[in-house]
Amino acid sequence: MPVEVRLENLTKVFHSHRESVVAVDHLDLEVEKGELVTLLGPSGCGKTTTLRLVGGFEIPTEGEVYLGGKRVTHLPPQRRDTATVFQSYGLFPHMTVFENVAFGLKLRHLPRDEVRRRVREALKLVNLEGLERRYPRELSGGQQQRVALCRALVIEPKVLLFDEPLSNLDAKLRVETREQIRKLQKELEITSLYVTHDQAEAMAISDRIAVMHEGKLQQIGPPYEIYSHPANRFVADFIGRANFLSAKVRGVRDGQLEIELLEGVRLEVPAVAGLREGDEVVAVVRPEAVDVLPEGEGDVVATVTFAHYTGSLATYKLALPGGETLEVEVLSPQEKGFLSEGTRVGVRFHRQSIHLLKE
Amino acid sequence: MERYKELRRLVNDPFLLFLVTLMFALLALFIVYPLVRVLTTSLFYRGEFNPKYFLQFFQRRYLIKPFLNSLTVGALVSLIGTTIGFVFAYAVTRTDIPGKSLFKVIATFPIISPPFLIALAAILLLGNHGLITEFLRTRFGIDWDIYGLPGLVLTETLAYFPLAFMTLEGVLSGIDPALEESALDLGASRLRTFFKVTLPLATPGIASALLLVFIRSLEDFGNPIVIQGHYPVLTTQAYLAVTGMYNLPLAATLSVILLVPTLLAFVLQRYWVSRRSYVTVTGRPTPSSLKATSPGLKWGLFTVLCVLSGVILLFYGLVFYGSLTRMWGLDNTLTLENFRYVFSTGLDYLLDTLKIAGMATPIGGILAVVIAYLVTRKRFPGRGLMDFLSMLNFAIPGTIVGIGYILAFHKPPLQLTGTAAIIALVFIFRRMPVGIREAVAMLQQVDPAIEEAAVDLGAGFSRAFRRVVLPLISPAFISGMVYIFVRCVTAISAVVFVVSAQWQLITVALLHEVDNADLSQAAAYGVVIIVVVLSVILLLDNVLGKLILRRWQRAR
Repeated sequence: MPVEVRLENLTKVFHSHRESVVAVDHLDLEVEKGELVTLLGPSGCGKTTTLRLVGGFEIPTEGEVYLGGKRVTHLPPQRRDTATVFQSYGLFPHMTVFENVAFGLKLRHLPRDEVRRRVREALKLVNLEGLERRYPRELSGGQQQRVALCRALVIEPKVLLFDEPLSNLDAKLRVETREQIRKLQKELEITSLYVTHDQAEAMAISDRIAVMHEGKLQQIGPPYEIYSHPANRFVADFIGRANFLSAKVRGVRDGQLEIELLEGVRLEVPAVAGLREGDEVVAVVRPEAVDVLPEGEGDVVATVTFAHYTGSLATYKLALPGGETLEVEVLSPQEKGFLSEGTRVGVRFHRQSIHLLKE
Repeated sequence: MERYKELRRLVNDPFLLFLVTLMFALLALFIVYPLVRVLTTSLFYRGEFNPKYFLQFFQRRYLIKPFLNSLTVGALVSLIGTTIGFVFAYAVTRTDIPGKSLFKVIATFPIISPPFLIALAAILLLGNHGLITEFLRTRFGIDWDIYGLPGLVLTETLAYFPLAFMTLEGVLSGIDPALEESALDLGASRLRTFFKVTLPLATPGIASALLLVFIRSLEDFGNPIVIQGHYPVLTTQAYLAVTGMYNLPLAATLSVILLVPTLLAFVLQRYWVSRRSYVTVTGRPTPSSLKATSPGLKWGLFTVLCVLSGVILLFYGLVFYGSLTRMWGLDNTLTLENFRYVFSTGLDYLLDTLKIAGMATPIGGILAVVIAYLVTRKRFPGRGLMDFLSMLNFAIPGTIVGIGYILAFHKPPLQLTGTAAIIALVFIFRRMPVGIREAVAMLQQVDPAIEEAAVDLGAGFSRAFRRVVLPLISPAFISGMVYIFVRCVTAISAVVFVVSAQWQLITVALLHEVDNADLSQAAAYGVVIIVVVLSVILLLDNVLGKLILRRWQRAR
């Protein structure tokens, strides 16, 4: 697939009176045609600044932005073939839904009938027919969000930019809308760059996720890969929950590593390139990658120090013999029995799910 | 590097580049250049560097005396005016006295009317032929009148305490009532609560009000010219230096001397006091604490407010009554003769005023929103400078602006003296800052994403501005224009220097009548000014405003 968006060595420094803040730090990124890439990271990681650099709302301090192979680094937004769905929607409060959606089309000097037809079609696409004459204030949050999406879609941009588009919706609507966005994006095959700090949203919607931290790209890859093979401790910690246990490589043999965990627990885990016998590593253990068994079974004995029940899930904190705490999640606790604090249990690690990090 | 990128971006947007260049050119020509001319004129004499009037400052009575007088009046007016303003503000925000909205309306009279109407009323009452003066003279044989320091302090206090009132009302209503309530709750008496909680929290606001009133008093020209008697102040001395002695270097020097304390107070207010505010603006009005005031104090305050409002009403009523008399003090029979005169001989003054206001208002309104938009929303080299320059004339006394305009525009290639344009330009660049501030405040309420969306969808700068920004800030645009218009009809201090035989203003006509001691005729001009101002406010705010705002309000 051809590359639609290319960011090269992109850097943005903001200067205030006293200090300079590096918002985006030498970022390289490519988005292929028809692909949805999410920029994911905690607030202040530079993801929104990156999006605004692509949209033309900021000028980079260094580096270049290419859209469809053309360098657009210094072009203003109105001369870039992008359309943004803003976090606050940015709907024109003095215009009706119809006028909002038609705004971009009218600027392209299309005939009136054509404008009307395309606005109708676009509104239909996002289930907003019949609301043409309403003003933004007269719509619900979800409807406003869809007008914003519709207004961006209707001009058929090369690249659609989403700036935390769902953050003003309630939890349930958020899930519905993200499914709808993903469906439309796949149907229309629109290249999209999507900014969010919500990792579940990123996992659900993306072809690939780019995790950012302190202006730097930490890792980019499909959701599955980001979760199962995080590149570093930050990514592992930010995407889902993780226990970090120090370990040592004891042996390497045909595609398997033998590691020693928690002094004395020896496990065979999938090999990681570049690790040799004697290396000190950190094992990333996801809370669901552990079985909680009766005392005496499994790899190690532990004591429940904290138990939390949320319905579909039970979360426990277990004290390990060496003093470490292990957070585990158990699905359908009503079938397995909810454990109370103080219970002694056995713990078994899922070998295939353990991921090792060099530190 | 960053500057270079901003510049490069500017070049990519030709319309923005054009606007930024145009605004800088206008600000340089009509704000900076006249000021520079005042400075150079005060420092050079016959083409050589010779600040002779500055050097004589401590030796010549005609230089030092008006300076000291201005400071004395300023200090007294500032103290008394702020005290009255505080009493008003406290009564309105901390008690449940009846008639609050009426008191507020009365307190705005001196702001929207020409300030020197109060001086005129004071003379009708306490001047040479004043009602009280005559009464004292005939009944008790006491020969006393108000001219001089007492008159200046009385009139300027009444004219400028509303400014202190408005500042302090904002400050007091911004103090969380929970603070006073918890002080009472912890066992503090009402008096102690006031001195230990309310007053300290309001201190930055009080300092701010003191400085603002001080500045206004120093700048005031209309009241002193009417009532100063033998107590000259800097503004009137500078005026006399121009009109009486044709001594522009002296006038320039006096106005620069005036600039020093004014600018000092302005800088202090803007950059020091206003940063010390304890009041946090939440946008959520909290009901103020009513428990902190005892019933006795409440009715005491009510009485004070009634008396002060009564005086203001009496003063304006006197102007109205005076306008209907044949010759105030000599022949008080009622007549409409003065109004017939205003609409025949004086009609030119009125028409000139309206024509000039009609020119200045839309231009000033548009310039204000454009500059406000550029400085709040656009990034370009020199943005901070544009912000500063556009606000400069707000901090500078009208006297300097007026003198600056004569010095800058009295000979080719930019000969504007004697034209309507020079008067309109004075109004535009002197009154624009208020429009800018309102537009800036409004723009800060508008989500930047709204304009970004317009640009993102393909609108260029000019279309995004016209189609999206302007409709959204139209209330500020309208009120900015109302303000400029009102000031065109009521202002005097700067324009008194640039009026000419061809182009006159109604305020100047009023002063001439005071000069001629025809107070009844002056009062008639005053009444006409008030009627024009009120009808324009009502017209623009209600008719035009509603027309433009209907769509916008539905969108809200």
